[in-house]
Amino acid sequence: MTRFETATPVDFVVIGAGAAGGVVAKELSTAGFQVVVLEQGPYLRAEEFEHDELKKKRIWSPPYIGQDVLTNDHSLQPNTFRKTAKDKAVVAPAVQYGRCVGGGSVHFTANYWRFHEIDFVERSRFGPIEGTGFADWPITYADLEPYYTKAESDLGISGLAGANPFDPPRSRPYPLPPLPVKSSGVLMDKGAQKLGWHSFPAPLAILSQPYRGRNVCHHCGYCIFFGCEWGAKSSTLASVIPMAEETGRCEVRTGCYVRKISTDKAGRVDGAIYFDSQRHEQFQKAKAVVLCANGAETPRLLLLSKSNLFPDGLANSNGLVGKYLMFDCDSGANGIFEHPLNEYKSVVVTRVIHDFYDSDPKRGFYGGGGMDARLEAYPIEYALFSTPPGTPKWGAGFKRSLQENYNRQLMILTHLTTLALESNTITLDPEVKDAWGLPAMRVTYKNHPDDLKNMAFFSDRALELLDAAGAQKKWAIEPQETTASVHLMGTCRMGNDPKASVVDKYHRAHDVPNLFIVDGSSFVTSGRNQPTCTIQALAYRASDYIGRMAKSGTIG
Amino acid sequence: MSSAWLTLHWPAILAARDHAHEAAKADAPVALQFLSPEQGIEIEAVAAQIIPSDETPGAREAGVVYFIDRALVTFDRDKQPAYIQGLKDLANKTKSLFPQADKFSSLSRAQQMQLLEAIEQTEFFELLRLHTIMGFLALPEYGGNHGEVGWKLIGFENKGVYSPPFGYYDAEIEKGK
Repeated sequence: MTRFETATPVDFVVIGAGAAGGVVAKELSTAGFQVVVLEQGPYLRAEEFEHDELKKKRIWSPPYIGQDVLTNDHSLQPNTFRKTAKDKAVVAPAVQYGRCVGGGSVHFTANYWRFHEIDFVERSRFGPIEGTGFADWPITYADLEPYYTKAESDLGISGLAGANPFDPPRSRPYPLPPLPVKSSGVLMDKGAQKLGWHSFPAPLAILSQPYRGRNVCHHCGYCIFFGCEWGAKSSTLASVIPMAEETGRCEVRTGCYVRKISTDKAGRVDGAIYFDSQRHEQFQKAKAVVLCANGAETPRLLLLSKSNLFPDGLANSNGLVGKYLMFDCDSGANGIFEHPLNEYKSVVVTRVIHDFYDSDPKRGFYGGGGMDARLEAYPIEYALFSTPPGTPKWGAGFKRSLQENYNRQLMILTHLTTLALESNTITLDPEVKDAWGLPAMRVTYKNHPDDLKNMAFFSDRALELLDAAGAQKKWAIEPQETTASVHLMGTCRMGNDPKASVVDKYHRAHDVPNLFIVDGSSFVTSGRNQPTCTIQALAYRASDYIGRMAKSGTIG
Repeated sequence: MSSAWLTLHWPAILAARDHAHEAAKADAPVALQFLSPEQGIEIEAVAAQIIPSDETPGAREAGVVYFIDRALVTFDRDKQPAYIQGLKDLANKTKSLFPQADKFSSLSRAQQMQLLEAIEQTEFFELLRLHTIMGFLALPEYGGNHGEVGWKLIGFENKGVYSPPFGYYDAEIEKGK
């Protein structure tokens, strides 16, 4: 196993071994560079992933969100939350991200939606929205298309090209055929057909056939918030990180909690200062740093990396680091069907609908989205959180509800746009500290009214779909303000104007020539809140340019 | 499961393991380790109201009390004081509502339900409800879900490997082909 000395500068330190960091590590190490990846979480192996729902959560008492074992531990890393800058922030889990090698790509649903062409130019097409940071991206779909294709083939994505009439153009079909349809997918097809909508096989980061020495999906059903013991989910843990390590030029160093990106007198980064697993401080020297810590930890670390040259935090001369935070907005509806669905088997989703992907001015608000169908509840969670409204909490009625509904229930989940607001931010909490003594992450978040209107619109569409699919009973997920999120976007947005963005279109920090930032923080708009595919395409693209710059000596 | 049954299965002691969950899943003879036999009967009586036994097995047949007892010496060790206090409160509530009764488990079903309705907002009831659901639906290795009766009730399997068709509607499509 490759080991690098901390005192000798490596070509790159990559901070975070997740969806983006795993890709960057693989691309740069296979291009011939020395890479040290610093990951705060553990290195879990496929054989350690078990089908044990009790182990799913660290804590089974309220609040239930943010307590999953594969994600950040709020007892060590508390968040504080407030809706507006006028409010006092209180300790509450607000952000949730993967905290292990592979990051969120280990436990995610595996929905793998490319952005559409409109996502990059929506501001121009739709027009300005007052009081928001609604903007075009500095790159287009065409710029990113080759890297979407690269991501799909490198990681192993299953899907059916051409099945979605709203899909953007693609240069190659998916490398693997779609996974077999489940009952939820058949019902979605049925409902969509009746309504004149267009359902299509879900593109998934899960192998429908053996691929590059990796195992095929065995349909065990333990996908979301579990790691795949077959290695069939195309996490960076299962796919590209092993390729990086095989080069002999990449060290994935775990249990490393980075507290500061260090800079020299010339204002260039020269490495990362971190606490190792024994909480001893270490300094890994590097010629350049690629920050891939996710849309919430990335801005926090930049704000923590203050110095004389960078008194407001690194890459923050314009004060935009941490601003324009976009959380995931979703809504939907639940339904009960006549016959057993057995949704607990196989992958989470098998059909998607993009008929309402684009925003339509006729609706009277900005917003669009996509929909899928799933149960998303293991037995204990179902009994605790997901029974139909009106179900008694205990007794014969409770038991009857579990018996009658568990196997016949599904949810139409809709994944929606989120408007970027300058007032939605990641900042450092002035009082609360984490277990390492560093200022805790403070989240300030309040939805734009259009986000809530869009949620209501999509709840109605979900009800329509359930009705058309023949649901016996249905109930909407009522729109409510977003106070927590697993998708973390927008906090170091990319742009051509150094006054209005944090990184340029190659992910280089405007303020620091050898600092690159590649993860959900780069997003200018939210897409339809299925960000992993685009995070990874951006990581492939950024790595390509970073590698070229390093080879031509223009980072130096 | 009667109290005689409980008493009969007493003696073995589970070896302590490093990892709480591993210890909780240890394949050892069924025995209560934290709860006394009397306490076990009371806890089981409450659990049996949360998920009652009728035409199908409930918390009692699932062995939820064994799950809870094992949880209290492994991954939920810190909940021991809540159980001690909760059992005292349960006894006091029983006395105050039904002065002639000596314990919750000896109340009639209707009386038990009446009492639980009076305490269903308490933290102890919430905890017992959480543990009962877990003991009914978690892996049987944790001591509950005996014979997978919880999973069978809701129609869940834990095979680990499946092939299509998975459910009724995709099977229908398959047949139509």
